[in-house]
Amino acid sequence: MTNPFLHLHPEDNVLVARATALAGTEVRLQKITATLGQSIPLAHKIAYRDIEAGEHILKYGMPIGIATENIAAGTHVHIHNIRSAYTPTHALQDANGQSPETSK
Amino acid sequence: MTEQFQGYLRSDGRKGIRNTVVVAYLVECAHFVASKIVAGFEDEDVQLIGFPGCFPNEYAARVMGQLCTHPNVGAVLFVSLGCESFDKVRVSGTVARTGRPVETLVIQRSGGTAKTVETGRFWVRSALEEIANVERAPMGVDELVIGTICGGSDGTSGISGNPAAGKAFDILIGEGAACIFEETGELISCENIMAERAKTPELGEELRAAVQKAERYYATLGYGSFAAGNAAGGLSTIEEKSLGAYVKSGDSQISGLIKPGDVPPKGGLYLMDVVPDGEVRFGFPNISDNAEIVEMIASGAHMTLFVTGRGSVVGSAISPVIKICANPDTYRALEDDMDVNAGDIIEGNRSIAEVGQEIRDLVVSVAKGAQTKSEALGHREFILTYKSFDPIGPSCLPAI
Repeated sequence: MTNPFLHLHPEDNVLVARATALAGTEVRLQKITATLGQSIPLAHKIAYRDIEAGEHILKYGMPIGIATENIAAGTHVHIHNIRSAYTPTHALQDANGQSPETSK
Repeated sequence: MTEQFQGYLRSDGRKGIRNTVVVAYLVECAHFVASKIVAGFEDEDVQLIGFPGCFPNEYAARVMGQLCTHPNVGAVLFVSLGCESFDKVRVSGTVARTGRPVETLVIQRSGGTAKTVETGRFWVRSALEEIANVERAPMGVDELVIGTICGGSDGTSGISGNPAAGKAFDILIGEGAACIFEETGELISCENIMAERAKTPELGEELRAAVQKAERYYATLGYGSFAAGNAAGGLSTIEEKSLGAYVKSGDSQISGLIKPGDVPPKGGLYLMDVVPDGEVRFGFPNISDNAEIVEMIASGAHMTLFVTGRGSVVGSAISPVIKICANPDTYRALEDDMDVNAGDIIEGNRSIAEVGQEIRDLVVSVAKGAQTKSEALGHREFILTYKSFDPIGPSCLPAI
């Protein structure tokens, strides 16, 4: 396995982890090579470039949501910093997989 | 020349790949007695289905009739308490007209639990002997109806399992099969690209309208078709889940839009509109994966391709379920429950085309009688709940 992340479409501003990528892994992004500040689980996303609040998140070349804050290249992109343009997302855990009662 | 196998010939000309005796309870009050009847046949193909409600519902009545005359079904025993609203005379007449052995036991008139169980087992025993001689006839891939759903989706589903299922659909449709995809609530944001694949512009409008209906329906309910596990698996929004689910449909032209219980008139790709019509009633459209599988079977599916990322273990009554695991970690954890490891695609070991071909070949072996993992493990899940639909519009099934 060469690259731990997939860039599914040339226009995508996110990458998808093809296996769990540990904190400290170096990842080549659009303009920079970043070191992951946290582990990224299989199939989760990171920003391929800096994304501004309000920008569409593109995966498969298609919009999958809207950034709710500025997202720096190389950071986790998930329910804590993007939202649906349709119905709200329901989750029992936060973006890092922590349940409210266990993270207290 | 498409591959041939031996099907069970039914009086309506359809052919089955299984020859099941179905025991169907017509209200929850008869569920226990029906399940005790089935429990007497551990080693034979006798399966439990049923409807729990005491209030009448035209959708449930229609689906029950379609399930009990499904080509995989050889005989039917209905178990009624006696005072429920389900029209047992009508549904048993529907089955009787096909020539299948059918009987209805009414617990209130059959001496209660123990005597009804005894009578029911006696009837099932004789039905099994009778249907063992059902006529067999050569059957081809072009006579198969195949459904696909996804459940327990995660961020891998849209990258490996669903594209592989879509590839299998493309191959099967090329061989003349009818293939059905569904869950319009999981096609939200895909309606325009999907409409462009419709056989006619009018059908394209129907496809678009079906997804818009789903969007309104789920907005009223306050939840999208999105479970907590989807987020834990890396999916952030309903549109991300939708795009991953949409690729299950492959690249074929869309031949029609059907609703649960409508059987595709010929080969091709069909979208099933599973979201009820009219104002929001009875709650969520399909409350869990098996409700979707049951609707596929009511529309004639001989088997269902089930793509999972988080890891579902379910099967189904009546028609086998082929479990396609999108996530390589889940596959290793649940290998005994999974038929296909599409996680190979994520890990770079096999291509989408290779896994798609494996799925297509597995469909043919299951049609020939090979058991899927869930079938061999004895999974026979079933759920049917309240819904309401208007008939499909005139543009939904364009003629050639």
